[in-house]
Amino acid sequence: MDFINHQLFIKDINVHIDPILPKKIAIITHAHADHARYGHDEVIATKQTIDIMKIRYGENCAKKYTILRYGQKHQIKGYQFTLYPAGHILGSAQVLIEHNNHRLVVTGDYKVGKDETCKNFKFIKCDTLITEATFGLPIYQHPEPKEEIKKLLNSVKKNKNKCHIVGAYALGKAQRVMNLLRQNDYNDTIYVHGSLEKICKYYKSQKINIGPFEKVSSKDKNFYLGKIIIAPPSALKDRWSRRFNNPIICMASGWMTIKQRAKQRGVELPLVISDHSDWNELLETIKKSRARNVLVTHGQEDALVYFCKKNNLSSKPLSIQGRNDEENE
Amino acid sequence: MNRFSSLLNSLILTPSRNSKIKLLKDYFDVLDINRAYALSILCNQLTFQFIKPSKLREVVYKKVDKNLFDFSYDYVGDLAETISLIWPKSSKYKSQSLSSLIEKIKKLKKNQISTEFSKILDQLSNNERWTLIKICTGGLRIGVSERIVKTALAEKFDKSLNEIEEIWHGLNFPYDNLFKWLKNEAKKPKIDFKNLFHPMMLAHPIDEEKDFANLNPLDFHAEYKWDGIRVQLMVSKSGISLYSRNGEDISNAFPDIIENVKGEAVIDGELLVGKNFKPSKFNDLQQRLNRKKPTADLIKKFPAFIRAYDILFYNGDDLRKLNLVRRKVYLKKFYSSFKNNKIDLSQIIKFSNWKELEKYKNNNLNHLNEGLMIKLKSSEYIPGRKKGFWYKWKKNPKYVDAILMYAQRGHGKRSSFYSDYTFGIWQNKELVPIGKAYSGYTDKDLLIIDKFIRNNTINKFGPVREVKREIILEIAFDDIFKSTRHKSGVAMRFPRIHRIRWDKSIKEVITLEEFKKEFKV
Repeated sequence: MDFINHQLFIKDINVHIDPILPKKIAIITHAHADHARYGHDEVIATKQTIDIMKIRYGENCAKKYTILRYGQKHQIKGYQFTLYPAGHILGSAQVLIEHNNHRLVVTGDYKVGKDETCKNFKFIKCDTLITEATFGLPIYQHPEPKEEIKKLLNSVKKNKNKCHIVGAYALGKAQRVMNLLRQNDYNDTIYVHGSLEKICKYYKSQKINIGPFEKVSSKDKNFYLGKIIIAPPSALKDRWSRRFNNPIICMASGWMTIKQRAKQRGVELPLVISDHSDWNELLETIKKSRARNVLVTHGQEDALVYFCKKNNLSSKPLSIQGRNDEENE
Repeated sequence: MNRFSSLLNSLILTPSRNSKIKLLKDYFDVLDINRAYALSILCNQLTFQFIKPSKLREVVYKKVDKNLFDFSYDYVGDLAETISLIWPKSSKYKSQSLSSLIEKIKKLKKNQISTEFSKILDQLSNNERWTLIKICTGGLRIGVSERIVKTALAEKFDKSLNEIEEIWHGLNFPYDNLFKWLKNEAKKPKIDFKNLFHPMMLAHPIDEEKDFANLNPLDFHAEYKWDGIRVQLMVSKSGISLYSRNGEDISNAFPDIIENVKGEAVIDGELLVGKNFKPSKFNDLQQRLNRKKPTADLIKKFPAFIRAYDILFYNGDDLRKLNLVRRKVYLKKFYSSFKNNKIDLSQIIKFSNWKELEKYKNNNLNHLNEGLMIKLKSSEYIPGRKKGFWYKWKKNPKYVDAILMYAQRGHGKRSSFYSDYTFGIWQNKELVPIGKAYSGYTDKDLLIIDKFIRNNTINKFGPVREVKREIILEIAFDDIFKSTRHKSGVAMRFPRIHRIRWDKSIKEVITLEEFKKEFKV
């Protein structure tokens, strides 16, 4: 495992995983902005990750693209790379690196739970596991998303004279919320903030069931009564949300687990729907990987490192710059 | 339990007062045995002294790794929430009523808590656990005041809030007499009024333009408004108690008063400190209020007294239906009935027109009067803040121009705007903050400042934005004190934004030294 450093950089072959700054060769786990950046010479990723990067940053956001299918092997000198589904968002991948008979997995962001909007997580056996720890505390035990979305549907039913604005990250979470609504037979048009439109269209083109949607455009304050609107969390706090009459502010996020956090953010209807693993899923992943060495990246590293050590695994935190912000996707 | 914990969960997340009232009304739709428990919990009248946070930790450490719990508690910052979330999922869920659960806990013996409480937590859902722990440790902090609960009951059962307020302090768990009356199955509960705290009569701020035109000055008299705390003193043969404005018993903190009054009466007045009935600054009173039991030295240094405004009961008679002028006669009778150095009478100011009264308002009695109270001579003593009877007219504020330094988003209806401002003045060519304000501006000014902040942020500290030093705010404030808690060494009383000074440049803003000199701090 010495071949990769705390920045997820393999010096030997000049390859980075999810680098913050423009690099020669970048393997990108998924298209969220804190992992996928503009300006690399070569990007290696799944087709969907590359498609979304192009939508967000433009066709020329990298000089060269190398598409890898899940499970397809890619050799760079003595290193073999394979991408496996991470279950985080559409196109998200874990990276298996094999070198000198050592198997190392970088999970990227991942969740073990089921999700119709992307390929579901695959457990991989390895010697070294580099796992994320966004929700790396035992207080995070995510409920069933299908039950959470029912809270929204019940509230919509009960409050016909109000509109529901759901805060959800523009890429991934928004579409997952739409899909969950469809799974629960909600068939009305869902209204989306302008920044979501292109990504929603892309999800649709990938045959993800998000149903009919339209961009918010009506100037009539009452038009949206009884409707569901999805917007990025930043828009909830902004003047944008003032165009609606009688809104109920909702938020779909793992952070909503904690009531006081929801309250601080002015959220009236918190929906605990997360695209990251909760505590038990993190533990399950570590266990099933059979790794003897566990490195913990962005999030709440302390508790997870403590847990690993207690279970006789070698473990330490890796702090990767730029990924410590709670507000990140 | 589920129904009640859902109510609390909704209440904590609902910002608007009206929506909270609606939630409460919906809850009191069902008037089963749980209603009494709910009411006592919501109004903070139910406490379990023996379930301490340390005990709860003990319980949780037996279920969860101590270090993992401590990591989590550090992060969440709320004991009830941490325990409810970290508690291992169990298959023992049992639906149980609020009442049976509370009764079960009341019966727990001290040495049973560790084992039994753990079993109970196993039987609850996440949200129910949170609710139960909040109930046990006291202080729900869900943004619901006693008054909101009473308002909900009044609206729900078509009674007047006043009537509920009036009998409230004579009611006890399980409130059967209250609920029967609410449902019109019985008469209003009979309460022994003499020995109870009586909700106070409060005043509205006067609107100089509208009110003065409509009110006849001859119908009113005035009194000085003092900067202490409003209290109710209850003197009777069976005991003497002192209550704060919201009915909290503060007798123990003021033995110098309790031990030196006699007679039989309920008095409404202002609690002040000072020698020979000469009030000193609010800060001095604060020294006394901070102590549950004062030392002899503290009493000597800051002796307390009451400046009496009104009398509610005298020698067993309820005077509240009498008019103010007649009550003042009884107040004087009570006052003259024994010699003392603990109670004096609030002076009555007579006047024939509003202009004449204004002179009294700005009269500088060593800074210590906050302004005037204007009271309808014919007013009965009515609990709460009813319009048309009592008014307060505050002194003209003091002003200072200061520079906007930091801003934070507001709450409630201002939630999407940067509406909380920290402002400062010069000290050695640097700015030192002197206060924080989040009111006073017009809606139009708010929009302008909000836009300025968004476009001129130079730094972010969590939710706080530091802005370019450019906007001068004229700050109005009631008074100013020395303070050891603030970097500037001064603390303002009730600062608010008066207007934006577009005409001034930041160089013209005064220094801290000049500021202290001007206001004699």
